[in-house]
Amino acid sequence: MTTLVDILSWVLLTLGGLSVLIGGIGALRMPDLYTRMHAASVTDSMGTILVLLGIMLQAGWSLATIKLIAILLFLLLTGPTSSNALASAALLAGTRPFEEADQDDNEGQE
Amino acid sequence: MIVIFGIFLLTLLVITAIAIVRTDNLFVAVMLMGIASLLIAGNFFLLDAADVALTEAAVGAGISTVLFLSALALTSERERSKSSNKILSFTVVATAALVLIYATFDKPRFGDPQAPSQMHVAPWYLEKTPEYIDIPNVVTAVLGSFRGYDTLGEVFVVFTAGIGVLFLLGSGAPLGSLPPEKINEGLRHHLIPRVVGRVLIPFILLFGLYVQFHGEYGPGGGFQAGAIIAAAIILFALLEGEQRAMAVLPTRLLLGLMAFGPLLYVAVGVAGIVLGGNFLDYSVLSSDSVKGQQLGILLIEAGVGITVTGVLLSIFHAFAARGR
Repeated sequence: MTTLVDILSWVLLTLGGLSVLIGGIGALRMPDLYTRMHAASVTDSMGTILVLLGIMLQAGWSLATIKLIAILLFLLLTGPTSSNALASAALLAGTRPFEEADQDDNEGQE
Repeated sequence: MIVIFGIFLLTLLVITAIAIVRTDNLFVAVMLMGIASLLIAGNFFLLDAADVALTEAAVGAGISTVLFLSALALTSERERSKSSNKILSFTVVATAALVLIYATFDKPRFGDPQAPSQMHVAPWYLEKTPEYIDIPNVVTAVLGSFRGYDTLGEVFVVFTAGIGVLFLLGSGAPLGSLPPEKINEGLRHHLIPRVVGRVLIPFILLFGLYVQFHGEYGPGGGFQAGAIIAAAIILFALLEGEQRAMAVLPTRLLLGLMAFGPLLYVAVGVAGIVLGGNFLDYSVLSSDSVKGQQLGILLIEAGVGITVTGVLLSIFHAFAARGR
C-alpha cells in the first residue's frame, strides 16, 4: 500500500514539475505578453495542484495535509486572479495583443 | 541533498543579483529584488532559521516590494545614464569582494560545533529557556527576553525610520480637501480582483494575528505579524481605494500606533523596575516568574507588531499621498 502511494505521489510530483517546466518554456517562447501569461498561468495552476497533491500523499493524514490544503486554496484563488489583474493592467496600459500581420514591427521591441 | 538545494538557491541568487545590477529598467529591478528576497528566505529556511526566513519573506519580498513600487510611481521607470568613472567603481567593488573572500578563510566550517557562536551563550540559552521562560521557540525567548534591549533598539530603529520617511515625504494634501475626480478609486471597478481580495483579506489578517501570538510556539512574532497585517491593509487600499482604507485606519491613528508600540515596550521595562526588578526583567510582572516572563514577551511582541504595522502603513500612505 505504501509503495502504491509512493508511486502515485511521485507520478503526481513529476507531472507537476513537467507542467511548470512547460509553462516556463512557453513563457520564454511565446510572442507577446498575453500568450506568455497564458502559458505561464495555466500551467502554473496545474503544476500547483499536482505538486501539492503529491506532497499531500507523502504527508498522509496529518496536520501538514490540512496546511497544504490551505496553501492550495490560497494559490488557486490568488494565481488566476493575479494573472487576470496583470492582463487587464497590460490592456489598460495599451499593450496590443500579437497579430501575424505586425510580426515585423514587434520583433524589434521584444 | 539539502546542501545541493542550498547551492542551487544561492546560484539563482547570484544570477538574480547580476540581473539587478545589469538592468536599467527600475521596475524590473524591483521585481528581481523581490525574487532575491524570496530566494534568500528559502535559504534561511534550509538553514533551519524559520523565524528569519519568515521575516525576510514578509518584509523583503512582500512589503518592501510594495514600498519600492510606490516610490517608483513618483519617479521614472528608467535608470538615469550611469556615472562615468567605471574603473574607480570596479576597483572599489573588486577590492571589497577580495577582502570579504579573504575574511571567509578565517570563518569556522559550516555547522562546526566548535564554532565560537555555538560555544558562547547559545548553549546557556538552549538549556535555560525551558527553566526560566518555558516556551518552545528559543528564538522568541532570546529575542524577547534575554536580548530584550536589542529588540527595544530595533523597535526604535523602525520608529525612527518611519518618522524620517514621513518628514522627507510630508503628509500630502488631506483626502477630504481633494476634488472627487482626483481620489484614487483603486480597483473598485475590476470585479475579479475585488471579489477575491475581499475573500482573502480577513484570512490574511487572521494569519497575521496567528503569527503574532504564535511566536512563542513556532516561527513568528511581532516583526513578521506587523508586516503581514500591513500587507492585508495595503491590499485593501489598493482594491477599494485609499480613502476607504484611511476611513478604517486614519493617519492620526497610524501615527498613534507608531508611537504606542515603543511606549508599550518601554512601559513593560519600567514596570519591571517599579515592581522591584531590573529594566526589561519580566520575572517580577507576575507572582510566578515563568508566567511573568511569558506575559512580558507577549506584551513586548504586541508592541513590536503595533509599531511595525503603524510605520509600514504610514509610509505607504505618505508615498500614495505624494503621488497625487
